[in-house]
Amino acid sequence: MTVELHAREIQPLRNTFTHTAYYVGNDRPASRYQEATLDVQPSDNFHYRPTWDPEHEIYDKSRTKIKLADWNVLRDPRQYYYATWTIARARQQDAMESNYEFVQSRGLVAKMSDAVRNKACEVLMPLRHVAWGGNMNNSSICAYGYGAPFTAPAMFHAMDHLGAAQFITRLGLALDEPAVLDAGKNDWLNAACWQPLRRYVEDTLVLQDPFELFIAQNLALDGLLYPLIYDYFVDDHIALQGGTAVAMLTAFMPEWHAESARWIDAVVKMAAVESDDNRQLILAWLTTWADRAQAALSPVAELALGNNGLTALQEVRDALDMRCKKAGIVV
Amino acid sequence: MSNVFIVFQDNDDSRPIIEAILADNAQAQATYPTGLVKIDAPGSLVVRRETIEELIGRPFDLQQIHVNLVTISGHIDEDDDQLSLKWNN
Amino acid sequence: MDTPVLKKKLGLKERYAAMTRGLHWDTTYQPMDKVFPYDKYEGIKIHDWDKWEDPFRLTMDAYWKYQGEKEKKLYAVIDAFAQNNGQLGVTDARYINALKVFLTGVTPLEYNAHRLFAHVGRQFTGTGARVACQMQSIDELRHYQTETHALSHYNKYFNGMHSPKHMNDRVWYLSVPKSYFEDACTSGPFEFLTAVSFSFEYLLTNLLFVPFMSGAAHNGDMSTVTFGFSAQSDESRHMTLGIECLKFMLEQDPDNVPIVQGWIDKWFWRGYRLLSIVAMMQDYMLPKRVMSWREGWEMYIEQNGESLFRDLARYGIRKPKGWVQACEGKNHISHQTYAVFYSYGAAAAFHTWVPEEEEMAWLSEKYPETFEKYYLPRWNYWREQAKNGNRFYQKTLPMLCQTCQIPMIFTEPGDATKIAYRESDYQGDKYHFCSDHCKEIFDNEPEKYVQAWLPVHQIYQGNCFKPGVDPTKEGFDPLLAVFDYYNFKVGRDNLDFEGSEDQKNFAAWRGDSVQGAKK
Ligand SMILES: [Fe+2]
Ligand SMILES: [Fe+2]
Repeated sequence: MTVELHAREIQPLRNTFTHTAYYVGNDRPASRYQEATLDVQPSDNFHYRPTWDPEHEIYDKSRTKIKLADWNVLRDPRQYYYATWTIARARQQDAMESNYEFVQSRGLVAKMSDAVRNKACEVLMPLRHVAWGGNMNNSSICAYGYGAPFTAPAMFHAMDHLGAAQFITRLGLALDEPAVLDAGKNDWLNAACWQPLRRYVEDTLVLQDPFELFIAQNLALDGLLYPLIYDYFVDDHIALQGGTAVAMLTAFMPEWHAESARWIDAVVKMAAVESDDNRQLILAWLTTWADRAQAALSPVAELALGNNGLTALQEVRDALDMRCKKAGIVV
Repeated sequence: MSNVFIVFQDNDDSRPIIEAILADNAQAQATYPTGLVKIDAPGSLVVRRETIEELIGRPFDLQQIHVNLVTISGHIDEDDDQLSLKWNN
Repeated sequence: MDTPVLKKKLGLKERYAAMTRGLHWDTTYQPMDKVFPYDKYEGIKIHDWDKWEDPFRLTMDAYWKYQGEKEKKLYAVIDAFAQNNGQLGVTDARYINALKVFLTGVTPLEYNAHRLFAHVGRQFTGTGARVACQMQSIDELRHYQTETHALSHYNKYFNGMHSPKHMNDRVWYLSVPKSYFEDACTSGPFEFLTAVSFSFEYLLTNLLFVPFMSGAAHNGDMSTVTFGFSAQSDESRHMTLGIECLKFMLEQDPDNVPIVQGWIDKWFWRGYRLLSIVAMMQDYMLPKRVMSWREGWEMYIEQNGESLFRDLARYGIRKPKGWVQACEGKNHISHQTYAVFYSYGAAAAFHTWVPEEEEMAWLSEKYPETFEKYYLPRWNYWREQAKNGNRFYQKTLPMLCQTCQIPMIFTEPGDATKIAYRESDYQGDKYHFCSDHCKEIFDNEPEKYVQAWLPVHQIYQGNCFKPGVDPTKEGFDPLLAVFDYYNFKVGRDNLDFEGSEDQKNFAAWRGDSVQGAKK
């Protein structure tokens, strides 16, 4: 049905919801990110205690030691809401499909030497499980964190980790037979060089404080692992030895890491700036977990990069410390 | 026998899917509640990729039906070639 | 090793297995029971998680691709709707009130679903179950956000939609959906899935999203119908998760059967009670009607439910206990519920009205056994009253059912003239219920339901005033203070549609006279 509007002015009565206007004012429309995210988590008059955690309410600030007057300060600089996130990922997925076509049409996998291909599989296949741990941990952060600005991007991040695990799986299937996945899992479970890292991941799976988990998983572990593997190993090592295919088929990972680091750093920065107590807590968690992650990654770095492994890992650690410094955490 | 059903948004993307279902399932009946196409069939119903591909003249990934699927009833099974709905009674 | 040049493409099933199941490992540095602490205490016995079936084998590549496509389409419609002032194209401004109920009552549930699916998506020991739940978690976030974005435009032009989050946490009738969902969220993971994915999504939500959304289309609301059907397109995955989880529990161990049956009984009834609000929307709040509540019930619940429960009989599962009574209720609950909101129209953030003549005729036709006999006389009386300037408003606070939290409005099975009351004693206190089934739900788990934040009790206890309000001050009006606590804009959000700001604005914007506003 069409409606004749003539020249009649149709003035809105208000520009956005009350809870959104509280943060952004009511003098102009709020952004979709703001309406989708700010103060949308239920916060009052809960009816029943969770039978699975009777010590807490369904959403409960006291699950973490971090204290914020308002958890809505933890904004995502990417301003992702579901539509922008999923459309961005669909675009990246498209690019990855083009990479697959390129690799296939040029026969790039066949052009790799066995040594390079085997090395790539040996290092990358067990990382499917590390990414799976990241998926579980970010699901926890979403479930037990407080406030949608913090928890919604955590769920996106969980699914991104699943995507990463699946990109590695697809890479394995492109480079080799499906048995390569089992070999990688076997190494993950049994090979000595992977055990410190597996212990690290399993220890994070039982962490109870969602913010500590955020630091241990997203900042300490991934902050070291992704640059080490995708910058130092894949780009600088494998690609230069004829393994361009591997770089192309994992192109999502460094891109995603750089993008999501902006979110992670922003969360850390805003939590730390609120109080010295928060800063000290984050610093203590970071120190503990980054030291442990560095130790756990040492045998992996040597497996990937041989004698240069530990130096590369130290460089990565120095870069992480710089990153934290910018976010207000001086190690 | 119990009916299974599958419902799609009534739009151009859904058309070849609906046509394929009606072609492959002799007993299927389509009705058109506002904005929708609802197909009922006694006992079971199958959506075949090949039939859709014949109708549109290009490859079709069955998972694409999720974009316009509204609801279903019955137990579902899906592989690359077909999606089936059925009751076990 | 030979390089496999042309590898056989893995089929969907094998590929999915490699992409998801294969990621899992049994932990050894930390005990599995500590990594997955929550999926045993309900007593559900699982012997082999590998038997879990994944029916829609979506991996993230396909998920992103198809969901991205859906979002592009949906937001194109939402944008066009806003740019063209689509709100003026709806049949009649009364219609908007259904959207107010939706935004304040349903949308917050989507958010809760998002968070709790993240919880179970982390906690199930089985990988297939976990991934399906995680995808549902982001789908539910999608539903929360797309509904918010689509309805945001209406909020700009109509009253009563400005504080959905705040209201859902406080307002008396919104404690019905809130407590329903929090009940599910505070249950163990298997009960949560039985409640939400099976009982609600598989069995009941078709009624909300299919006939109601068709109704939105019929009433010219292209924005709502688009988000409704778009959300529902995720629902086929969610419903399938529900039925697969149910079958999985039943197949894993015969000891699971009675536990699951108890949950089906409970959650069918909880969901049925919750849907009485949808029944009212369907029969009374859509100016152009498509399908009565009763017709929807028969098509989506009776026929479909018969098939489903005949199918589940081989596991020893029978229809939910409340089935017969719920089917009897199809002739009554929309009328009983709307009457309550009409009479409490001063205390609700949406408008109500007496149905027009031809609408009453439609109701008589659709409900030949009950409408004229039980409900029409009351409407005639209320219409007379309103004509004489005496629009009826109930001034006392109602007694609520301790379980479903709906006021005591529902009648006895077999006698539509008598309100049903039930009660139970627990630890020296008396608790009141609307029905045998709500009483039984309480009796099975009293330690849970005594915790309910019952809005009327809370008002009497003085817990529903804004901080700093002094009830001892002279001239203190408790009702106005409660409305203030709710963020109600008295005189704008509440009362009859007739004479409301919505009515006047809509007519002025469309260039209609007020009398001609209803078409
Ligand atoms: Fe939903
Ligand atoms: Fe009740």
